[in-house]
Amino acid sequence: MIKEWHPSCTIEVLRLRAQLFNSIRCFFSARAVLEVETPLLGYACGTDPQLDFFTTDYIAHPQRDTLFLQTSPEFAMKRLLAAGSGSIYQICKAFRNGESGRFHNPEFTLLEWYRVGFTLTELMDEISELIQTLSLGYLSLNTTQRFTYQDIFERTTGLNPLTFSYVDYSAFALANGQPEAMAICGYEHGLWLDFIFSHHIQPYLGESALCMIYGYPACQSSLARINNLNPLISDRVEIFINGIELGNGYYELTDAQEQNKRFDEEIAIRLENNRPATVKDKNLIAALECGLPECAGIAIGLDRLMMVLTGSLTIDEVLSFPVRRA
Amino acid sequence: MAIYSTNEFKSGLKIMLDNDPCAIIENEFVKPGKGQAFNRVKIRNLKTGRVIERTFKSGESLEGADVVDVEMQYLYNDGEFRHFMVPDTFEQYQCEEKLVGEASKWLKDQDNCTITLWNDAPLSVTPINFVELAIVETDPGVRGDTSGGGGKPAKLETGAVVRVPLFVQQGEVIKVDTRTGEYISRVKE
Repeated sequence: MIKEWHPSCTIEVLRLRAQLFNSIRCFFSARAVLEVETPLLGYACGTDPQLDFFTTDYIAHPQRDTLFLQTSPEFAMKRLLAAGSGSIYQICKAFRNGESGRFHNPEFTLLEWYRVGFTLTELMDEISELIQTLSLGYLSLNTTQRFTYQDIFERTTGLNPLTFSYVDYSAFALANGQPEAMAICGYEHGLWLDFIFSHHIQPYLGESALCMIYGYPACQSSLARINNLNPLISDRVEIFINGIELGNGYYELTDAQEQNKRFDEEIAIRLENNRPATVKDKNLIAALECGLPECAGIAIGLDRLMMVLTGSLTIDEVLSFPVRRA
Repeated sequence: MAIYSTNEFKSGLKIMLDNDPCAIIENEFVKPGKGQAFNRVKIRNLKTGRVIERTFKSGESLEGADVVDVEMQYLYNDGEFRHFMVPDTFEQYQCEEKLVGEASKWLKDQDNCTITLWNDAPLSVTPINFVELAIVETDPGVRGDTSGGGGKPAKLETGAVVRVPLFVQQGEVIKVDTRTGEYISRVKE
């Protein structure tokens, strides 16, 4: 009988985690990237329309404030970059409410790093080197694969991801026995892309290899810059191994006005979808106004990476105590 | 009936989908880091037995189905309906032959089975895992054969045909696993 007080991972996996952290620190130390720490609790939070937050009461006599648990350290780290930190990395916890499943725990560990002066391509080279280094002795990975989003999407589905066609997308869903897609996605291009990508493309990405998908459609740019040659795509990259999404990176948006506009748009979408209200990070806008150096950055889920390295089927197998035992 | 949201879709939960009662088999939370969350759900239609996959937007909900499993005793077959009774209450239910389906070949008078009721009407019949039935017809055994290798077909009192070892004789009672239709052992009367 497995007892509730017991960790859900083996002691062996605890050791792997410690070793992984150590290898990451060696990797970045050798490249003179500075390890930093930023608050988990903050007055502001991301405005991502797809994320829910944990909030808590801060008793700051005489008043009470609401603080958010961070969904990612991105904003605080960008403030450090704007203040002149140079390239930085952080290993920290991030929190996303309502996310629980085989690949999700509401509290999880991120490795996030920013490289000042790097393009997205240079960052992708470094991601590949890091993943190859960390995999040594656990998993033999084939040569890293790189595809544009458009290339992999068209090759797998025959659909063009950059221009939305309700007729073509619906026909694809019907042909694949998923009539519900039409009710779920309606006329929202982004939703259709999420639906098709997560059902028909992602599960097959990176078989025994690191697979990088870049050039996401502009409607899925999130905090990435729009490509300066093609306004239909953004300079965003996602990485996968064995069909598991491991990380998301950008050639970072440095334009304060554009950032402010995206915040407002996202807040409007949240309102429309009855998502809990968030507080826009004015400090981030101020930092961008002062000047964020040109940089590229990525966040990688370390628990997921450990799942891949150990061949685990559930995230619980690599966590000491998943939320239901926490 | 209660309403269930995708995060409550646990294996075994009975819900209504497209006006049919269904049971959740598996529920997987799928969410791209920066995208919409979905639940990919494997569902068994309890009327047809068919298993389908359906995707929901996380947070969507479905109405629960009033489906319960009740232990009953099989009484008799009147040619049109099979009749069952709840032993505690003596409440009787009749069940069309087509609903009984595969279970019919394991049903012996007085034996227990599980009836799945939807809004108090029989939906399906599941025999108990192990039944004991007499062999009404099989070829004579080969003397000296005590192994289980090979085997021969044997017709049972309910009409089912199972493979039995060569040494098992007509008239003997055997134990059969109804889930696989496999012979388990002889039963000493």
